[in-house]
Amino acid sequence: MELTRRDAAAALAALGATGGVALAARRSGRGNDSDAAGGADGEEDGSGDGGGDGGGTERPLDDAAVRASMAAVATVLYPEAVDGVEAFVDEFLDGRLDGSPHADGVRATAGEVDEAARDWYGAPVAELSEGDRDRLLRELGADTADEDPDGTLAERVRYYVVNELLLALYASPTGGELVGLENPQGHPGGTESYRRGPR
Amino acid sequence: MSGAESAGPTRGDDGVDRAPVPDADVCVVGAGPAGALVADRLADDREVVVLDAGPRFDPADRLARQERSIRPSYDRPDVWDGGGERDAHANSGERFYPLNHARVKGVGGSTLHWQGMVMRLHEDDFNSGSARGVGPDWPIDYADLRPYYAEAERELGVAGASDNPYAPPREEPHPMPAFEPSHSDSLFAEACEELGIDMHSVPNARNSEAYDGRSACVGYGTCQPVCPAGAKYDATVHVERAEERGATVIDRAPVQRLEHDADRVTAAVYATPDGEEHRQTADAFVVACGGVETPRLLLMSDSEEYPDGLANSSGTVGKFFMDHLFAGVGGTLDEPTRQNHVGFYTSACDQFYDEADEAVGPFKLEFLNYAGPSPVEMALTGDDWGDDLLGRLRDGYGTHVAMGGLVEQLPRSDSYVTLHPDRTDDRGNPVPEIHWNVDERALRTIERANEIQRSVLEELGAEIEWVAGPDATGPAYHHMGTTRMSADPDAGVVDADCRTHDLDNCWIASSSVFPTGGAMNPTLTIAALALRVADDVREGL
Repeated sequence: MELTRRDAAAALAALGATGGVALAARRSGRGNDSDAAGGADGEEDGSGDGGGDGGGTERPLDDAAVRASMAAVATVLYPEAVDGVEAFVDEFLDGRLDGSPHADGVRATAGEVDEAARDWYGAPVAELSEGDRDRLLRELGADTADEDPDGTLAERVRYYVVNELLLALYASPTGGELVGLENPQGHPGGTESYRRGPR
Repeated sequence: MSGAESAGPTRGDDGVDRAPVPDADVCVVGAGPAGALVADRLADDREVVVLDAGPRFDPADRLARQERSIRPSYDRPDVWDGGGERDAHANSGERFYPLNHARVKGVGGSTLHWQGMVMRLHEDDFNSGSARGVGPDWPIDYADLRPYYAEAERELGVAGASDNPYAPPREEPHPMPAFEPSHSDSLFAEACEELGIDMHSVPNARNSEAYDGRSACVGYGTCQPVCPAGAKYDATVHVERAEERGATVIDRAPVQRLEHDADRVTAAVYATPDGEEHRQTADAFVVACGGVETPRLLLMSDSEEYPDGLANSSGTVGKFFMDHLFAGVGGTLDEPTRQNHVGFYTSACDQFYDEADEAVGPFKLEFLNYAGPSPVEMALTGDDWGDDLLGRLRDGYGTHVAMGGLVEQLPRSDSYVTLHPDRTDDRGNPVPEIHWNVDERALRTIERANEIQRSVLEELGAEIEWVAGPDATGPAYHHMGTTRMSADPDAGVVDADCRTHDLDNCWIASSSVFPTGGAMNPTLTIAALALRVADDVREGL
């Protein structure tokens, strides 16, 4: 199933520019929130932090390298059934790599993933085999971590890289159709499909 | 003639002027649907100022807020920047009440995150004591509110149809056609027909076609907690219109207390982000802060004249806190059910509503279009990706069905909102303490709703996977009852016109005035009462 420009545009229409104000702060004041104290929330601590402390000293990538790294990671995250991954990711990032704090987080975290790839595998992530990319992400702890933009490296990779890309795919029409849902949550796909029976 | 005083600079670090308005006729506290409608209705020819504790949200951020609602690292209160010391609260009742999941503080109020269901209460809901043998009667009848219901439906923009034989009488169609039934509804329809259960459309405050300058629903599927399209009504519609008509809306201005003499409110003292306090005077005051903050403000405004709290001669301020309780049953079929395309439901059943009596309360049933997990949200959790993830999504999505329902909770004096004796918020004010208790009749009603829901799912051939029964129920986030309406000044806070018994120039526009809650979502009734309040305020000025 081919991911198209329409899918990237749709993912952007769903997620949009990253809205620095709205996505900058996570769980504002949750430590003081009586709801959280009452046990209504899920666990707070990420479970996977195997990727080290993410000290933020890595070289920032330029946007071309960010795109290359993100596209390379996407080929691991996306199912075999989809084609056109690189163009889709590139188009999606056109809208996401703006001047917001979220975009800065994507750039910085993609840089950290790339740095780990160089350190552990001797090459940037875009030059690794698919198997090594998959191993790299798991060694970083991104498979078991809960996403957290302010968390450990594992949690940030989960937030800014893994879930960024999974959100783009599964909020797009093609991503939804893979699952049998033409109008996935977050996609403004109209009010026709909910009335239709299965095809 | 009114005046206004300011203790310090009025332009904060965000450049917004939050100075009191000189010569205000009406001061509205709270920019949710009730306050917004009152302000809009009066702003043409009266000087109206609206004070809201929360911020004015930028509409351009709605997509990002939607992303927050999908991403697992954000809790529900984070979507609209809730929580923290500003919104601190305490719980002491038999049941935990997740207050900050249940409200949005800011311009637009909780309609920013609401589901948008807008039913009228039934005639018997206004006469629970005499018709059902439990609870008080309202001092007004359905007939008193009927024209205001119609007006409220036009104001909010309601998509509905007249196919519900159990709905109270109406003389005109809804402003917009109802949303068509879903594929999932069609599956339920066969089972319901077999069981003699009637399905009908459901009124949505969501545009089925362009209405009032807002687009038709485009199916984002995240109605609750955010509609990026603006197709779902929220109170910013009337806030903006009120401002166009000359009203002043001051955000981030939590009212600290209402100053008063024995018979009148004289000023609303509000804080601004710079830490200063200001006094907004006016000829009339409308308190429209919802079922928790309204009694809290009155209790914080105690004085020598009113030692137990402002407007509390009856001793009922904060008492009789009610919500609607959720009853539900869900499961899976062996065929696709096409869930989660939209975030609202399109069919309901009110057939059993008016069978309510002393033993079992009114309840309504809903046929959900969003049963089971959303694949997008599923994709963001778990330790798999690639083909393994896709396999999990395909296994997890596609065959769920569920019925929900709302059940009436009776008012009881040991279910209340009060001021916590020790804990304070970011301004040093006592936080609200929620003491939420639920009556046995409500629990029996949940069981009755479950019984019907279970029979429908069994008729469908569903494998039942969960039941939200008496032990697993939760609130529908409809705060009601804490400044109840009564013709008797000893039994309630406001009279039949929603004017406080104690103070001549103070009205309350909120579900806090509901003496009983029925089992219908309250916002249309809040809106109708607010429009009625506006008429009464105008008359009283």
